[in-house]
Amino acid sequence: MQSSSKNTASVWQTLFGQPVRAFGVVSLLLLISLAIAPAKNHFSEWRHYQKQYLSLIRTRGDAITLQRHFHDGIQQIWLPQLGVVDRCTTCHVGLKEASLGDVSTQPFRRHPVIPHTSEQFGCVMCHRGQGAATTVEEAHSSTLAWEQPILPARYVQSSCGQCHRAALTGTPQLNLGRNLLGRYGCVHCHTIKLADGGAIKPTDDPLSLSHIADKSTREWIYAWLKDPQAYAVTSTMPNFKLSDPDARDISAFLIVNSTPIPGDTAVVPKDQKTPDPTAGASLYGESFCASCHAVQNAAGNVVGGDVGPELTRIGNKVRPEWLQAWLRNPRVYDPGTAMPHYRFTDPQVSLLTAFLGNKTDSDLLANVHLDAATPEQIAHGKLLVTEYGCASCHEISGVKKPDNFAPELTRIGSKALTQIIFLPGMQHTLPDYVSAKIRQPRSFGSALKMPQYTFAPAQIEALTTALLALTDRAHDLPMSLTVPSQPASNYQPAGKAGQLMADMACFTCHAINGRGGVMAPDLTWEGSSVQRPWLQAFLKNPGTLRPALIRRMPRFNLSDGEVTELTDYIMTVYQTPEFERDSMPSSGYPPAQVEQGKQLFYSKYACQSCHIVDTKADKGYIGPTLTQVGSRLNAAWIYHWLKDPQVMRPGTTEPNRNMSDEDARALTAFLMTLKGSAKLEAKK
Amino acid sequence: MNRYLRVLFVVSLILVSLGCSRKPASASAPKPTAFGAALVESSGGKQIGATGMVLAQPVVVQVNDEQGTAVAGALVELSGPEGVSFDPPSALTDSSGQVTTNVALGGMAGRYQLTARTLTKAQKPVELKIEEIALGYLQQVGFQLDDKYCARCHNPESTAERVSNYDNLEVKPHPFIEGDILNKMSDADLTAIIGHGGPALNKSALMPPYGYTLSKTEIEALISYIRLISDPPYHASGMVYAQK
Repeated sequence: MQSSSKNTASVWQTLFGQPVRAFGVVSLLLLISLAIAPAKNHFSEWRHYQKQYLSLIRTRGDAITLQRHFHDGIQQIWLPQLGVVDRCTTCHVGLKEASLGDVSTQPFRRHPVIPHTSEQFGCVMCHRGQGAATTVEEAHSSTLAWEQPILPARYVQSSCGQCHRAALTGTPQLNLGRNLLGRYGCVHCHTIKLADGGAIKPTDDPLSLSHIADKSTREWIYAWLKDPQAYAVTSTMPNFKLSDPDARDISAFLIVNSTPIPGDTAVVPKDQKTPDPTAGASLYGESFCASCHAVQNAAGNVVGGDVGPELTRIGNKVRPEWLQAWLRNPRVYDPGTAMPHYRFTDPQVSLLTAFLGNKTDSDLLANVHLDAATPEQIAHGKLLVTEYGCASCHEISGVKKPDNFAPELTRIGSKALTQIIFLPGMQHTLPDYVSAKIRQPRSFGSALKMPQYTFAPAQIEALTTALLALTDRAHDLPMSLTVPSQPASNYQPAGKAGQLMADMACFTCHAINGRGGVMAPDLTWEGSSVQRPWLQAFLKNPGTLRPALIRRMPRFNLSDGEVTELTDYIMTVYQTPEFERDSMPSSGYPPAQVEQGKQLFYSKYACQSCHIVDTKADKGYIGPTLTQVGSRLNAAWIYHWLKDPQVMRPGTTEPNRNMSDEDARALTAFLMTLKGSAKLEAKK
Repeated sequence: MNRYLRVLFVVSLILVSLGCSRKPASASAPKPTAFGAALVESSGGKQIGATGMVLAQPVVVQVNDEQGTAVAGALVELSGPEGVSFDPPSALTDSSGQVTTNVALGGMAGRYQLTARTLTKAQKPVELKIEEIALGYLQQVGFQLDDKYCARCHNPESTAERVSNYDNLEVKPHPFIEGDILNKMSDADLTAIIGHGGPALNKSALMPPYGYTLSKTEIEALISYIRLISDPPYHASGMVYAQK
């Protein structure tokens, strides 16, 4: 017993020395370890910044005010509903101090003016990063425990898109990016589901390839596949970087696979005289083809609209017999096309066919020589078409549209960095990965199928912004905290008029009840706006309302029956609930009131700065010419328009003048006397 | 034995910490093969971009020699205030003596002065200042309102898509860039003329009131945009704080 206790004591002594000394050492160690925590706190980064801030404001004129706003210690914004715990304001102390506008050193800069406050939304909602961190490194960078670094300022609009599902005035980059996702057909292959249950829809309408042999030659398809932008710089078709044999085999398959449509080709009359090229050009101009189609001029600038395909080298692409039939009625070949059925006369069709057929580039197909395809080549072509997912975008008979051909991008904005394979030399951040992938998809591996797009740097930034908005947070936010977008409208006009409107593709340019384009005025309330005889004459032969516009309504050569059908429908159905159409007379106003209206027009409201009523004196070119407004518009419409134009057509440029009833009535009386002359109108 | 272990431990610690350091491999500037005498701006200056974003047009500068002919192979380095990034930040001039770089402006709205720099044969630096403007959120909104409501009359430039109404007006409106005149007007003056029209300040009635069309914040945004793009630059009057 005794010896064992002695043994223990000796072991103790050899290990720790004298008990008293050991006690002293242990106490000291304890004291030091206790001091570590307060010392760490004292020397923490945020204290350093707060001290720096205090010495910065000490010398300023409003030091006392600034000092009163300043709170010592760790600051925190806690928003349980949003899952936000942000301590950023611990160091970023001057965010709300308007007088610190001249301070450019971080973290003391003032926050630029935005529509939200940090109390409402915190910081990480927009800037990402780790809100709860209290060191610079942990808050801003990605660490082992935290993957989400601060979002670079150039993508900050993506954060707006987490809650705002529709386009916003202040976020042009986000709007552009979302637009491009549809326009370049990204969402044909990559599914992007939205939090409200829908999905981003493609807006590019790629053509069916099931009948391509009627339209184009195999040589053109080959050249197009090799380099779509060589044919048309504005083409949204990406470059698949196909080898020569692959392009040869795909073109062979597409031609063999194509089935004819009866009536989609028309015999080109041989005996006809060569049409006058200037007549073709002027018919192209009169028909306002350039409103939708662009052509690259000699200087290399692309001039014209982007609704339809670019026509610079159209003669290389299409067969003349197909073009002939297409111009006669495009709906035979493509029932859903955005191109209107123009009802051209036969001489007009040949004139335009000859004019467009001359738009060729001799270099484009010069080096394309294809031998007749072998069955193996055709089979290989079909295999390639399936492998590259051509049918994701284009309808191809015999090839099924693949489901989820490419990875779904619904939550790409929250993709974990551990799941990403970065390229050597690349910053390990999500924005860098996404933009690099868009810029050069095949740099991540030559076997990848994603094709090469021709995006400008700004377009890549915009697309990256739109994709980074697709975060977990965007999907998991309660609907009450989001700003939803307008649901897409499927409005369909009824009956014979509805068929006519589809035939003329009115919705390509005009919007009605939320569906349609923005090129031309919204027609939802057109029946309350215009007078019947004017509408009838306009549909027969559209005149010029706004002389400064290069885009105008083309003439569709409608028959009298068709004009009446459309006029009846528009006048009856497209009425506003705001007022009774015939509540004001179209003439017979007292001369004194008319004179008063004229005075108001020229002096108080100075309408002549934008409108013309007297072609000799007035020069305003912004609004429509009003020389014959009295026979064009309805009196009640004019009156209500003057009272508040924004109510009658939301988004119109004309400002609300807050007019009194009396002034509006007098101006209406004056405008209704401007009947114009029907002959003059016809001449124009 | 113990000492060896300790030394080994320290050495391995240093090695590990070196291996873990995340310093990016700094891209060194290329070696110049020629030297110029002057630096001129070819294009890309005075653009209006947005904070943090890449400017629509790249900045192109050209190096010339004493005779004014372009020099290929001269090194041009670009720098700017905090937050500005260049792609590439330095490059040798191409066969036409030019360097093209894409510029992303910083996160704060305002004017950015960029500096392009090259060396002469005598190793003397030659500098060129290029100015760009970054619109913040507020100014961005102002820019879009200008585009929709104001530019048709206030911008004398016509394009095919939009014919300017400037020439048709008897009393000419002031282009927003005209700092000489607009800088003399206070924010209150501008708010009044936008909100209540020209007659509010005894000016032309051809300028209609927008106070019933635009909100207060929209008018503020518009003024903030006008202030930012004005040439010469606008300096807010008021308190000037002592600065260290």
